[in-house]
Amino acid sequence: MTISDRINRIARSVPAWPFYPLLLVPGLWTFWLALNGRLGADPMRELEHDLGIWALRFMIAVLCVTLARRFLNLNLIKFRRLLGLTGFFYALAHLTVWLLLDRQLMWGEIIADLYKRPYIIFGMLAFLLILPLAFTSNNWSVRKLGAAGWNRLHRLAYPAAVLMILHYLWLVKSWTLEPLTYTAIMAAVLLAKLAPRKAARSRQTKTA
Amino acid sequence: MVYTPSQKILPSEITPKDVWLNRRNLLAGAAGGIAAIAMPGLVLAETEKTERAKLDVTKSEKYSGLEPTEYEYITGYNNFYEFGTGKEDPAANAHMLTTKPWSIKVDGLVNKPGDYALEDIIPASLEERVYRFRCVEAWSMVIPWDGFQLSELLNKVEPQGSAKYVAFETVVRPEEMPGQRGLFQPLPWPYVEGLRIDEAMHPLTILANGIYGEEIPNQNGAPLRLVVPWKYGFKSIKSIVRMTLTEEEPPTSWNNANAREYGFYSNVNPQVDHPRWSQASERVIGGGLLATRQPTLMFNGYEAEVASLYEGMDLTKFY
Repeated sequence: MTISDRINRIARSVPAWPFYPLLLVPGLWTFWLALNGRLGADPMRELEHDLGIWALRFMIAVLCVTLARRFLNLNLIKFRRLLGLTGFFYALAHLTVWLLLDRQLMWGEIIADLYKRPYIIFGMLAFLLILPLAFTSNNWSVRKLGAAGWNRLHRLAYPAAVLMILHYLWLVKSWTLEPLTYTAIMAAVLLAKLAPRKAARSRQTKTA
Repeated sequence: MVYTPSQKILPSEITPKDVWLNRRNLLAGAAGGIAAIAMPGLVLAETEKTERAKLDVTKSEKYSGLEPTEYEYITGYNNFYEFGTGKEDPAANAHMLTTKPWSIKVDGLVNKPGDYALEDIIPASLEERVYRFRCVEAWSMVIPWDGFQLSELLNKVEPQGSAKYVAFETVVRPEEMPGQRGLFQPLPWPYVEGLRIDEAMHPLTILANGIYGEEIPNQNGAPLRLVVPWKYGFKSIKSIVRMTLTEEEPPTSWNNANAREYGFYSNVNPQVDHPRWSQASERVIGGGLLATRQPTLMFNGYEAEVASLYEGMDLTKFY
């Protein structure tokens, strides 16, 4: 039995639902640290950043699920909804921290930010794109939209992913290792997704 | 005179470490002796790393009354890219910098140029002033600086009539400053800054060699740094090695890196936004997660003292 077979077997027997609360633990932990003065001199910034980075990580993870199936013969589709929704929760938390703790409901400034600052525009657009994806991440929606329709809608994940990266790059003062690393990873993932399916299939038969 | 920063130090010019260490030992011994005689106010510290020399300072009456930020935040949350771009990198890495012996090269349009040892620059009487500190990133602190007015040093070196600007340079020591080596360099080195001569001579402008009554920690710009409290923090250049008097406006690092976002003057101004974020309010460091943002004050609260320097200037153009 190959490693991928073994992983697939484990994946089939492990349920996804316990991971919903589990994957929120990193965010909750950071929030607890921030609340208790254990997140350094600027806890709000740190929390905002951390939540955003987790959202980005889960977006990358979601995109990697079909890549894993195509290139590694791993069937983790069962966990894709988990990863997507968790990413959405982190993005929502990130947006909430921005509205409540960063901008502190100064609506005049928030509105101004929304049209004056490119990085806020990118971020907001990314969020608006993943909003319908989150709302349709359930069996009822798949039935209503049909597999083809649902898949077409969920292609919005691609522009959302690009906007998330642009949001990050446009807000840092200078392009250091962390933002550039995530840009490189996202670029690699998106390029791999664009790789023609024929080549992938022939690669599969070769290794089988 | 057109000002050009010092040439970048070639690797071949860097003193081999064993030679340098030996020279250091000799000089440190000599300096220690001289320091004990020349600076009666300076109590020499124990050789423990965590111990800092206490400074003999007089608390300023005029610049007091603000609640200072906690010491751990002032010394633990810094932008000092020479030690790494993370806010905690300077505190972690700055210990590598040797600050003794230290001298500042004074050149350009002055009557008394030369390499001034730190002991010859720092006066016997130091003052502690509690200043607001506002970073361009929209966070702020209140810091009790120990130092002396820059005008004292300038008067000592006698700027010539044609001098219109003062330029400064930070130390370049890639072997001691990890942020200056490796593939990703956030800024070209040396870090440079400058002031108009009236800004430099202003009583608010100080050179600081201490914080909270103690010798200044390396991550805060030891052994000597500039503090210009009405401007964004990046203008308060750290670990100064050179001061040049010039006729032309000198280059400044952040302006070179991104002229649209960082101007020469960089006066704190809630009405002039950074292109990517508003400057109308700030986060107070040490306030905690739920702290309310504070409205930013014109010239960081020093409007009465400095507004006259910029009368008639369009501050949206000269940002």
